[in-house]
Amino acid sequence: MSTQNNPHTNKNALSEQRWLILARPLIIIIALIATWQLLVIVTGAPKYMLPPPADVWHTLIARHAVLLDHAKYTIAETVIGLFAGAALGTLAAIPMALFSPVRFWLMPILLVSQAIPFFALAPLLVLWLGFGLASKIAMAALIIFFPVTVAFFDGLSRTETGWLDLARTMGASRWRLLTHIRLPAALPAFASGFRVATAVAPIGAVIGEWVGSSHGLGYLMLHANARVQIDMVFACLLILCAFSITQYFIVDRVLRAALPWQPDSLKPVR
Amino acid sequence: MRSTEHAPQMAQDNPTRFDIALRAARVAFNGVDIFHDLDLTLQAGSFTCLLGPSGVGKSTLLRYFAGLVEGDVSGTITCSDKIALTGRVAYMAQQDLLLPWRSVLENVALGAVLRHEKPDYEKASHLLTEVGLRDAANLRPAELSGGMKQRAALARTLMEDRPVVLMDEPFSALDPLNRLRLQELAARVLRGKTVLLVTHDPLEALRLGDHVHVLTGSPAQLQDAITPKGQSPRNIADPEILAQQAELLGQLGAERSEGGA
Repeated sequence: MSTQNNPHTNKNALSEQRWLILARPLIIIIALIATWQLLVIVTGAPKYMLPPPADVWHTLIARHAVLLDHAKYTIAETVIGLFAGAALGTLAAIPMALFSPVRFWLMPILLVSQAIPFFALAPLLVLWLGFGLASKIAMAALIIFFPVTVAFFDGLSRTETGWLDLARTMGASRWRLLTHIRLPAALPAFASGFRVATAVAPIGAVIGEWVGSSHGLGYLMLHANARVQIDMVFACLLILCAFSITQYFIVDRVLRAALPWQPDSLKPVR
Repeated sequence: MRSTEHAPQMAQDNPTRFDIALRAARVAFNGVDIFHDLDLTLQAGSFTCLLGPSGVGKSTLLRYFAGLVEGDVSGTITCSDKIALTGRVAYMAQQDLLLPWRSVLENVALGAVLRHEKPDYEKASHLLTEVGLRDAANLRPAELSGGMKQRAALARTLMEDRPVVLMDEPFSALDPLNRLRLQELAARVLRGKTVLLVTHDPLEALRLGDHVHVLTGSPAQLQDAITPKGQSPRNIADPEILAQQAELLGQLGAERSEGGA
């Protein structure tokens, strides 16, 4: 209540916050599982349509070797695809921001690439790149490419004009202007694009696996579904979820740590 | 750690020796002339202030000197020493324009980095000391107050060590006390350089300027300069300064109050 700066209450508030940070995901997970269980009870759905959480848990434990073996492939495809797509997006965004002819020619091509449903591209990619990792990495990279390119390009084309004026009066070289002002200024925008990409990356890999593969969680799900092993399908989904969330948090943490100067209105002011 | 024997060369030791003549300047945006046929001479080593209502084209005129105006532009800028003005100006804006990812010290040394030169961090620290920011050298701009940021921007401007300094309302976002302090600081550290300062504050202009011009109208025209006496920073309580303020306000189009104090 007091406006005095009391270090004791501050410390308490901080530890309370820490406790919440740890407890919140647990609370959310428990709530989701409870909802799931409730749905099973309320709808009375048979096990081959909606297995209860306990059954899925049992499958997760019993078949963990198979699940982890396939998860390995999906994770590898997603992570490699994420970096490949982000690298390509960066390579596209920089010349687009620097040279207007590149922008005028590349932007329509980019939009066309997004107009083609990537579901439809998956069989072609499998045909061209084979059943192995390459076609899935390509699929993930394709999905990631667009958000990264657009976000980074946007960031690069919105450099504070005052900085550009200042750099001009300072006699900046074009290259130094890019590397020391425009690129760093666009990094927060790049980070937003990369976060979105991180969240959608596994989709590309899984779709690729559905269309044609002999490994991966998508492959495993497809086969389990055909054999009405719905508990197995759910186990795969849970692993995918866990992986996506983990990947997102790691990326988010790394990006925040890499851009400590970035204004963050959600961060409590000290 | 600190070495004080290599004090940075202050402007007064190395005064600017050339006049700058702007002749028949014209700038138009979207077919409308902001100003045309405009002449202005910046005398060597003197402090010129440009006053005017907002939107009249003061900043455009300043940016014209900086070579930052693009498009429908004509006119000539000649220096009395026959060397081009390009590359001899330092620019300071209303916003501090500090890069948030660089420390204060790295911001002060930015120019050299952008020109692919080796930055002189020792000189940058000296200048930071000069503007009263010695202890803030390693902080990021976000950790500074508004006044401190503008001090850092001033240090960055001085770091460029150019004979001509162009300042676009550099103190207008500051609280009155900080503004007075920064005006004093600027008057001291910029002495001997040719300075063009754009402001909307008549008192600021009279405090700092050796020549005060008012820019009014559309297309904008320059009024004859008012030349306050004495060395800047001048005492704004001086009756002569106050009389000149009234004159400036009159040129700016302020109505004379009927009561007449």
